[in-house]
Amino acid sequence: MSFLNYFSDTKTNTANVAKERLQIIVAHERGHRKQPDYLPALQQELLAVIRKYVDISDDMVQVEIEHTDSCSVLELNVTLPEK
Amino acid sequence: MAKIIVVTSGKGGVGKTTTSASISTGIAKRGHKTVVIDFDVGLRNLDLIMNCERRVVFDFINVIQGEASLNQALIRDKRVNTLSILPASQTRGKEALTKEGVERVINELAQTFDYIICDSPAGIEHGAQMALYFADEAIVITNPEVSSVRDSDRILGILQSKSRRAEKGQDPVKEHLLVTRYNPVRVERGEMLSVTDIEEILAIPLMGVIPESQIVLNSSNQGIPVILETESDAGQAYDDAVARLLGEEREHRFMTAQRKGFISRIFKGD
Repeated sequence: MSFLNYFSDTKTNTANVAKERLQIIVAHERGHRKQPDYLPALQQELLAVIRKYVDISDDMVQVEIEHTDSCSVLELNVTLPEK
Repeated sequence: MAKIIVVTSGKGGVGKTTTSASISTGIAKRGHKTVVIDFDVGLRNLDLIMNCERRVVFDFINVIQGEASLNQALIRDKRVNTLSILPASQTRGKEALTKEGVERVINELAQTFDYIICDSPAGIEHGAQMALYFADEAIVITNPEVSSVRDSDRILGILQSKSRRAEKGQDPVKEHLLVTRYNPVRVERGEMLSVTDIEEILAIPLMGVIPESQIVLNSSNQGIPVILETESDAGQAYDDAVARLLGEEREHRFMTAQRKGFISRIFKGD
């Protein structure tokens, strides 16, 4: 096997795959780390209220908290479906 | 003022206890009064790695609960006389580690010792949190492997939010990266994350790289801390890591594949 691998350039560099996957997941998890515990529940409840009036799917409401030096901003981003 | 250093990783089996044994032995060998505490209540193993398992009479939990004095529980190392071991309890649960109890024992140790090394259990639950809570510095052990790197990042988050220093708004816990089980040959083949990759992802200063080595199993079989195997590459790598931890500048070694000559390949069969 190793004899054949020696001549083939097609072998993938799995270390690079690992690095790319880690960079993505670690960045994602770091983003969530700074957010308060209640955020997922808040997102679900907001979704339920909006659904009373508009039919939207789960991924159409984004809730994020951004901290600046003096205050924190709750950012709510709702994408409404096209008519 | 005693320095409190936690050896932690999140993931199990990456070398926390092996490292705790070697780092504490290395610091003590340089003449500093050092104690190493096993926080893995219920699954104690530091005593085995340091070859004092038959000398355990009282443990950390006995001291916390006032059933024994610190002097009764501390085990003096037979090889390095400035080193003591405080074993974990094998029979109680981790909940016996109360924050107040741990604090009291650490404060008492700080009166006699220069360095207090806390060997953390795996995971991010109560035992691991107690091990890191009082730390001034943290050695994060990482294997060049996806799950270990991710868990290390998770434990860094906990150090930055749930340690005493974080809760009290003091200077943050000083973080050190120690990569263990490193195989430069596989890194060169593109099969293993490189130290540079890991440093880039975790973004903390590198304290050392311990090469994957047969000596680690051989020395744990006998209860000898790897650092005392001064002829071996892993032992020397641990010695370098201790020197850097204590502020010395040392160039990194054992990070590139050794080219073996044709003749030595034949005779070593490798």
